[in-house]
Amino acid sequence: MSNRSKNIDRYWKKNIQIVSILLLIWFLASFGFGIIFANNLDEISFFGFKLGFWFAQQGSILIFVAIIFVYIGLMKNLDHQFNKDRDD
Amino acid sequence: MSIQSLTYLFVGISFGLYVFIAIKSRAGSTNEFYIAGKGVHPIANGMATAADWMSAASFISMAGLISFMGRDGAVYLMGWTGGYVLLALLLAPYLRKFGQYTVPDFIGTRYYSTTARVVAVICLIIVSFTYVAGQMRGVGIVFSRFLEVEIELGVIIGMGIVFFYAVLGGMKGITYTQVAQYCVLIFAYLVPAIFISILITGNPIPQFGFGDRLIDQDIYLLEKLDLIMSDIGFQPYTSGLKETIDVFCITAALMLGTAGLPHVIVRFFTVPDVASARRSAGYALIFIAILYTTAPAVSSFARYNLFESTHNVSYQQAPEWFKNWEDIGLIAWRDKNNDGLIQYAPGNAFDPVKPKYLDSNGEFGERIIVNNSQVSSNNEVYIDRDIMVLANPEIAELPPWVIALVAAGALAAALSTAAGLLLVISASVSHDLIKKTLATNISEKKELFYARFSVFIAVIIAGLFGIYPPGFVAQVVAFAFGLAAATLFPALLLGIFTKSINKEGAVSGMLAGLIFTLGYIVYFKFLNPEMNSSLNWLWGISPEGIGTIGMLINIFVSIMVSKFTSKIPYEIEELIDNIRQP
Repeated sequence: MSNRSKNIDRYWKKNIQIVSILLLIWFLASFGFGIIFANNLDEISFFGFKLGFWFAQQGSILIFVAIIFVYIGLMKNLDHQFNKDRDD
Repeated sequence: MSIQSLTYLFVGISFGLYVFIAIKSRAGSTNEFYIAGKGVHPIANGMATAADWMSAASFISMAGLISFMGRDGAVYLMGWTGGYVLLALLLAPYLRKFGQYTVPDFIGTRYYSTTARVVAVICLIIVSFTYVAGQMRGVGIVFSRFLEVEIELGVIIGMGIVFFYAVLGGMKGITYTQVAQYCVLIFAYLVPAIFISILITGNPIPQFGFGDRLIDQDIYLLEKLDLIMSDIGFQPYTSGLKETIDVFCITAALMLGTAGLPHVIVRFFTVPDVASARRSAGYALIFIAILYTTAPAVSSFARYNLFESTHNVSYQQAPEWFKNWEDIGLIAWRDKNNDGLIQYAPGNAFDPVKPKYLDSNGEFGERIIVNNSQVSSNNEVYIDRDIMVLANPEIAELPPWVIALVAAGALAAALSTAAGLLLVISASVSHDLIKKTLATNISEKKELFYARFSVFIAVIIAGLFGIYPPGFVAQVVAFAFGLAAATLFPALLLGIFTKSINKEGAVSGMLAGLIFTLGYIVYFKFLNPEMNSSLNWLWGISPEGIGTIGMLINIFVSIMVSKFTSKIPYEIEELIDNIRQP
């Protein structure tokens, strides 16, 4: 394998890793806390909300926003590394 | 000034602004017409995406639906925002790198097949037209209630405006009008929400007011709401009725569908590079989240206000808005127990559900309806979910200018989405069907002409949907998501993340997803509506959520068919490698 294709390969593997971890969080925040475990979380009171209800109607959306911005940040670094390796 | 003249003023100013922007940003080439010359700043694109995305359904209907569904309403909140995570992480950057004009363009190229392109165009047109029909209904409601013109005239005015800036400016014109429309709609949504939050809880931030104590009692709003609901025999507001598996599948179908909707995806083609595509997905979700975190607060305030101001109140003393909306035909009341009081209870009040009025009034002055009373329920009121947001400022007795502002905001939401949808429909016709399939040798100038001409035709069809709404429109809009989830989303996802899926796999996958999902919906919604209950559903999944299963079928069929047919050509492997690099 040439250096170039090694670099592409590394970039893609790292990308898949980032996306997988972030999608796991995405799944937990919405399907996990907002749906599957919502009734259990409702036992906990959170600023006047039942916690499961809060995740379903507020929290999950805020976490979604956070996930995308973390992704933007991580990919910016990864792109930077990729371009550096390519130019070396 | 009266509410009506204020509304004319606000709507007039906002329409003038849209026309002005359209004239300022005319499109001169197909590149500008389809994707705004790839010159849109990520923040502007984020706003435009948000306006494109938040339709009459989000602005007018969603809070009302949640208001009556309580906890289960979360399917819309999570479903219509969570899809942006999928878009940002799985599709937008790669499709932007690909750098063509339309969604069928990607599918046609990646699967090296005109058949795949045409199947994608068919899916796109089914999805987009069902969606656009819903927008026109929104425009009609706003015009008839607030401007007191005939629905037909209202739709024609709305169509005229969209036609003007879509034909003139294409994507470029639409993008910058959508930025303006976002500002109008979000302002119009937040102002009444903030007012009402202060009135009910004393907290000026609706997202916090929602979880705060009532201003005049030492009890949390949501606790109080649960108590009121339980007293009348409803499910407590903060607990759900739907089965977990159904909630799961509906949420998933809405998320996957969001990520597969062509008018949203195409917005990411308009930015300069891959990094900007990621950033604009982030900004878009922030701008969307501002409305989507406010909506559930509005829902709970509206439910509380509705019951406080009309439950067990005599019809003669009912507030003005109750009668106004009754005049429009979106509220109906029959005094089932002859006590002269308005009473709510679980279940539908009448059979059939929607009221049909006679031209006369009953003993209290209410409009008489011909429907039978639903004997199994003590509910005396029909109330259309769509009026909750529009009537909310009146219910909360806010000043007239706030009410006028809401009308302008609702129109901005409906028109911006309609314009975005009409543009992807016309682009897929002029670019994918004409330029890439039927008449490949036409000049760019000719293609631009066809693009404008298809917008014209699409606007006329959409207008007809608005004037003569097919009875099933409102239901069908939710299914646009299921169909997008079962057809376009998997084709795009597999096209980017695998090299094994070939054209045979993609085409049969899309068709399998389309036929299964459409078949299930048509079976339960149109052929056998009496069987549409969880007993008969596949694994308890409603037609709204079936797109999730459709997607799994699509993926399974794509993989299996690709296993037994030829490998993808070498150029396509190179293309995939190319879009995977930043």
